[in-house]
Amino acid sequence: MGNKQTTFTEEQLEAYQDCTFFTRKEILRLHARYRELAPHLVPLDYTNNPDIKVPMTLIVTMPELKENPFRERIVETFSEDGQGNLSFSDFIDMFSALCEASPRELKTIYAFKIYDFNRDNFICKEDLEKTLNKLTKGELTPEEVTLVCDKAIEEADLDGDNKLSFADFENMISKAPDFLRYRHLFCYVFIF
Amino acid sequence: RRGNRRQAGGRGGVKGRGRGKKPASDDDDDEDDEEEDEAPRGRRGANRKKLAKKRGGNDDEDESEDEPPKRKRGGAANKKKGGKAQDKETKGKKGDGKGKGKGKGKDDDKDKKKKKKKGDSSSDSNSNSSEEEESMSEGEMARLMEEVEEKKKLIANIRNKPWRMQRRLKLLKEAQEFVDKFEGALGKGKGRKWYAYKVMMTKKWIKFQRDFENFRTACIPWERKIKEVESHFGSSVASYFIFLRWMYGMNLVLFGFTFGLVVIPEVLMGLPYGSIPRKTVPRAEQDTAQDYSVLMDFNGYCKYSVLFYGYYNDQRTVGVLKFRLPLSYLMVGIGTFGYSLMLVIRTMAKNADVGGGDGEDSDFTFAWKMFTSWDYLIGNAETADNKYASITTSFKESIVDEQENQKDENIHLRRFLRVLANFLITCSLGGSGYLIYFVVKRSQEFATRDDLSWYEKNEMEIVMSLLGLVCPPLFETIAELEDYHPRIALKWQLGRIFALFLGNLYTFLFALFDEVNTKLEEEQSIKNASIWAMKEYYANYSRLMNDSEATPPPMDPADVIRGPCWETAVGIEFVKLTVSDIQVSYLTILIGDFARAVIVRFLNYCWCWDLEAGFPSYGEFDISGNVLGLVFNQGMIWMGAFYAPGLVGINVLRLLSSMYYQCWAVMATNVPHERVFKASKSNNFYMGLLLLVLFLSLLPVVYTIMTLPPSFDCGPFSGKDKMFDIIMETIDLDLPAFMGTLFSYAANPGLIIPAVLLMVLAIYYLNSVSEAYQNSNMELKKKMKMARDEEKNRRNNADTTNQVMKDLEDLLPNRSLIPPAPPEPGQNYILMIALTFKA
Repeated sequence: MGNKQTTFTEEQLEAYQDCTFFTRKEILRLHARYRELAPHLVPLDYTNNPDIKVPMTLIVTMPELKENPFRERIVETFSEDGQGNLSFSDFIDMFSALCEASPRELKTIYAFKIYDFNRDNFICKEDLEKTLNKLTKGELTPEEVTLVCDKAIEEADLDGDNKLSFADFENMISKAPDFLRYRHLFCYVFIF
Repeated sequence: RRGNRRQAGGRGGVKGRGRGKKPASDDDDDEDDEEEDEAPRGRRGANRKKLAKKRGGNDDEDESEDEPPKRKRGGAANKKKGGKAQDKETKGKKGDGKGKGKGKGKDDDKDKKKKKKKGDSSSDSNSNSSEEEESMSEGEMARLMEEVEEKKKLIANIRNKPWRMQRRLKLLKEAQEFVDKFEGALGKGKGRKWYAYKVMMTKKWIKFQRDFENFRTACIPWERKIKEVESHFGSSVASYFIFLRWMYGMNLVLFGFTFGLVVIPEVLMGLPYGSIPRKTVPRAEQDTAQDYSVLMDFNGYCKYSVLFYGYYNDQRTVGVLKFRLPLSYLMVGIGTFGYSLMLVIRTMAKNADVGGGDGEDSDFTFAWKMFTSWDYLIGNAETADNKYASITTSFKESIVDEQENQKDENIHLRRFLRVLANFLITCSLGGSGYLIYFVVKRSQEFATRDDLSWYEKNEMEIVMSLLGLVCPPLFETIAELEDYHPRIALKWQLGRIFALFLGNLYTFLFALFDEVNTKLEEEQSIKNASIWAMKEYYANYSRLMNDSEATPPPMDPADVIRGPCWETAVGIEFVKLTVSDIQVSYLTILIGDFARAVIVRFLNYCWCWDLEAGFPSYGEFDISGNVLGLVFNQGMIWMGAFYAPGLVGINVLRLLSSMYYQCWAVMATNVPHERVFKASKSNNFYMGLLLLVLFLSLLPVVYTIMTLPPSFDCGPFSGKDKMFDIIMETIDLDLPAFMGTLFSYAANPGLIIPAVLLMVLAIYYLNSVSEAYQNSNMELKKKMKMARDEEKNRRNNADTTNQVMKDLEDLLPNRSLIPPAPPEPGQNYILMIALTFKA
């Protein structure tokens, strides 16, 4: 990287490229973005893997996440401590899962986790209600919410336990027609 | 210690992770992962379990690392294999006691080994491995190879695993180390160096591929720009820009062909300007040839330049390379169409492939809306607000649909409205068609008269632009009646305006052919005059010199009498049209969008009503108009490129500037549509329109090439009866004789008609095959749906389907003794009944 200070060793970059869907340029760019969030916290030099975490309140101010109704859930899901504090690895992991190149299976898994608000490995009615309220900014009446949630569960629930397991979710998502092409489950524009 | 444990777990990661850990765990990765997360928290204290986990985790890895020596001791290869198979079975069945026991025994052994190993340094493992290498039987090698392959697969797929990054990095490192360590050992039997070389090359190749991929993605232009537009305006607007980019790519290739094979050879190797009449501005025009207004009309020096057909010489070959320019000219002209056709059709096929099933399948209306309606690309507050609103409304719509469950009267009303709308639009289309026809007829009448007023002269243009101005909004208003989804409405709108524009095209071509025909009539007399003038010149010369022997100096090329050269005239017509089109569309954006936005934005402070929310407001991006503009522009290029090779260059510039200009304009001056809607899955509708235009523009060009005689004194085909004679000439002169006969056979109607028949049959056959596939596809879909319903019913309403069982149960005595039904009733009925009987 010329006369600039090295952020990552060659080895780290290769490893990150193996583990994510990013090119080295994008990884460096992501690091810069990460650093932008908390310049006083994040060092430029990452060669010795410092253990640093950026809190959720800073992460959600990124333009990619700012408008997303599920931003807190997304960040929480990808943070290793479950509180929404992201280390750089978590950060890059998040964007890797969200980027265009990541396969549908992976996205489905993470989507399931995100929509599973109470982390019980099922999307139950409460989760659906939360999702719906976030999506519509609470503009639907309670009766409507109940109706929609019931209908959604009725449609997607295969095993009749009145909540969606991952298998149900995957089955439902896999049948969504423009799921991948228009990336309506997950994906971000990088406004690099 | 912990690190070691992790490591151990890590090495086994491929398979051993989830499966070995907890026998009852489900197979899916997600749960595995969840457990993984819980593991450190919940089960730290439980030592026994930890041990078990470790064993499970070790299962695979130990096999790979520690077993080879052990197995070596054991000897027989097949026995090992058996052991391994059993091991795998254990993993597969998860709870099999016997297998587990065996595995445990082994594991203990391994653990001991592990401990021993832990004490040693890594050099030990090295020596260990070298020891292995010395005496590795074939079975071991195969197994190791398998192992290495597995690790490699893991390395390749690690990014697809839903694991935490830390874990991924660790596993990656382990796997890489493992591969590095053992890969070299494998090729011992047949030349290690070769194997090492191969490994190295594979690595290099992978690296190269990665670099190439990086490079390739970096090469796609405007990706970010388009994404930005998409994030603000939704995919429907972005689809226009994607289409524009695609168009740019295609035109770039056409540009390469035309300039590389026609223009540049002519410039480099052809005769220079001023050497022959066709390359010289005539004497009469020379004074004004450099005037700005003349040049803007593409007359003067522009007309006698390499941009137009007339400039090209009919020399069979040019330059030292003996480049056959006329042949190349014709071939490029035809190749342009061939390439475009192929590209359009290929793209359409590819898009159709991506498309897959339609969204009509409404099994999951609400679930899909719930989980997939948020467009994750949105990064702008305004768009986000719109999206929230549109999601809410769409939910509300669905709710209403669900509640009302499709009332009949609504459908009838809607059907009636749709029919009415179509009727109205057909009427207005027919009306404008008749108007165009009428105006064209009148203009023919006017052509014979001289005393025309300004209106009468420009009547046709005025009517055409008025129609173009009035009709699209009219159609849009009428389309409100139909109340289609905006995506479908867009398609209808596109189709209708397309039909209207066809009238434009028709009048334009009509006028053009009129012009060509008059020029062709003129040409004969001019040709005679030209020959006569030449003779006169020579006669005068010899009379003046009084010397019939002396060869006169050639006439000054500027003085030679020229034919009208209809090809160049056509070319100029197309170039003019394209340029004016560019001007008009750019001005429209500047005035209609930019000026409007400025006014609305700044006059809003001092106006009686809210300009932003009220009447003028900001403009929306007109998708249908822009797409059709692009399509028809491309039609002009296709038609004109044969007569004006420079047109392709102009078009490339136009598309390039248009990309930046429109991107800027849309971001700066437009607001997102009220209902931000998803574009259809493919751009195939646009492509279909393009294909239609391509076909339409192919017709006149082919007609002129095949039937009209080329001008006698300009262009690469001058002196020939027909343009395609150049091919005959090449066949006769340049190819061996038998090729000529071969071609004459091939051109025999007796051969062509069967060939055409065969093609028709092939098309018919393929068509019916595709239809059959479609049918079976539908059938399968139906079956799937049925299966799903059935399954759902079975699971959902186990009580009702098992009515007989239920009745049976009811009849049983001592019902109070039956324990309450477990949550999964279906499987347990029989058991329960058996129990009851026992009781």
